[in-house]
Amino acid sequence: MKRIEDKIAIGCLWLSSLLVLFFLLVLLSYITIKGLPVLSPRFLFSFPHGVEARGGISPMIVATFYLTILSGIIVSPIAIGGAVYLTQYAKPGRVVRIIRFGADALSSVPSIVFGLFGLALFVSFFGYSMIAGGLTLSLMILPVAMRASEDAILAVPRSFREASFGLGATQWQTIKNVIIPVALPRILTGLILGIGRAFGETAAVFLTAGMALNLPLLPTDPGRTMTVHLYLLATEGISIDIAFGTALLLMIFILSFNFLARFLGARSVKGGS
Amino acid sequence: MKKEKILRYIFLLAASVAILTIFLILIFIAAKGVPLFFKVPLGKFLFGMDWSPTKGHFGAFPLLVGSFLVTAGAVAIGAPLGVAVAIFLSEIASPKVANLIRPTVELLAGIPSVIYGFFGIMIIIPLVRNLIGGAGFGLISASLVLAIMILPTIAALTEDTLRSIPKAHKWGSLALGATQWQTIKRVILPSASEGIFSAIILGVGRAIGETMAVLMVVGNAPIIPTSLKDPFSTMTSVIALDMSYASGQHQQALFALALILFIISMFLVAMLRLVSHKRSS
Repeated sequence: MKRIEDKIAIGCLWLSSLLVLFFLLVLLSYITIKGLPVLSPRFLFSFPHGVEARGGISPMIVATFYLTILSGIIVSPIAIGGAVYLTQYAKPGRVVRIIRFGADALSSVPSIVFGLFGLALFVSFFGYSMIAGGLTLSLMILPVAMRASEDAILAVPRSFREASFGLGATQWQTIKNVIIPVALPRILTGLILGIGRAFGETAAVFLTAGMALNLPLLPTDPGRTMTVHLYLLATEGISIDIAFGTALLLMIFILSFNFLARFLGARSVKGGS
Repeated sequence: MKKEKILRYIFLLAASVAILTIFLILIFIAAKGVPLFFKVPLGKFLFGMDWSPTKGHFGAFPLLVGSFLVTAGAVAIGAPLGVAVAIFLSEIASPKVANLIRPTVELLAGIPSVIYGFFGIMIIIPLVRNLIGGAGFGLISASLVLAIMILPTIAALTEDTLRSIPKAHKWGSLALGATQWQTIKRVILPSASEGIFSAIILGVGRAIGETMAVLMVVGNAPIIPTSLKDPFSTMTSVIALDMSYASGQHQQALFALALILFIISMFLVAMLRLVSHKRSS
């Protein structure tokens, strides 16, 4: 009896895990098979035209990277600064508890709530724009980015810091010349993973950056990201082939982010030892 | 010396941005949402059955029920599956197999919700339509899509908890003659129960706040579904759909919904804090 129960239970555990693997394979292969014929230089580099938005998606690719990079630029100093405070200055106590609660709370706010917040605050200043979207997204990815920067700084051996102090460096000199440079590769890895979330975000984006089909150049220009484009095509049921192409391209970029972060992460582990 | 002090405050400010943002979000959402309650009483908003904002009826109860049902459905499917994957990774799988499954789970966590929604429209909805009948939009499809989306969160956190259990407990049980499954069931899972509970709470938070994927598969009708096949709406789906054209009281009502979502997510965070404090003390 015991043997049979064991076999069944462990069989179920195997089955669950294989099911998850199977699901990912179905998702990836389905989107690849349907999307691959659409991917062409014309699709990547030309503009959409007509009411059904046929043709290329170049403005959406630009808008997506514009927003992602902008939010990365805005969040980096805040995340690294916050991590420096938590690791170098703060002593355990109420202030740290409040800061950590803030980060936990912020990471649990639903993206649609971020969208409405960005709409109420940033859009009223800048209109639907890259900068309104970038500010909203940067706050959204702040907890992940700060946590990653903190882990990166904590991985710097204590002896580095002590040696710097021993040589008479001030705290700021130690942070600037020793801690940040040593931790930078890992900080970068964490930021890339955080930025991946901004890249795939939809709800907070169309409420702040809009849905306009133009090519965004200035930070005050509105734009439509690839995710928003995919959403609109899929729900309106128009140009489904273009939707598949967009979905595949999104997946390719997301996978590249993952591999890039892994590659940088693996290299910095080797460099640190 | 003075420069060092100023820098310290700059770093403190950077660290405080997150908590300041929480207050800003609360202030801005409340400022736009609370004025609704001067016209529509809170009780009528929370328990009213009729959501037709263009006619001035703001009964959000069907939306609350919709959010609750889809979350319950997602957790009912996603939590057992996520915990099973976590047990598999930490107790059963060889390093080689684990190194195949773990990146799979991580990748699922990184896929944008709009892709899940798109996949839902293209594959899951036709599948449900053919197997069960109806239009395909509704509770089954939405629960399935959301279950896959919360699975990585639950699996990753549960695995962390399982790995933190001292190996001696496991070896002791095995040495006493217990089988592998008996050890998992009687020793490992009970000592991981609080961690698994936290993981599920996080999954609930993700499910109730999820917007795009839900919006694309629920069918969007602000009524309480009477069967698994009926289309319905959630708080998030209504906000996302209506915000582009809503104005006046309608817009206030959407901000009021966002305020409810915000309060629910803060409540879940506080609950997680309590659980982890109890564990550490």
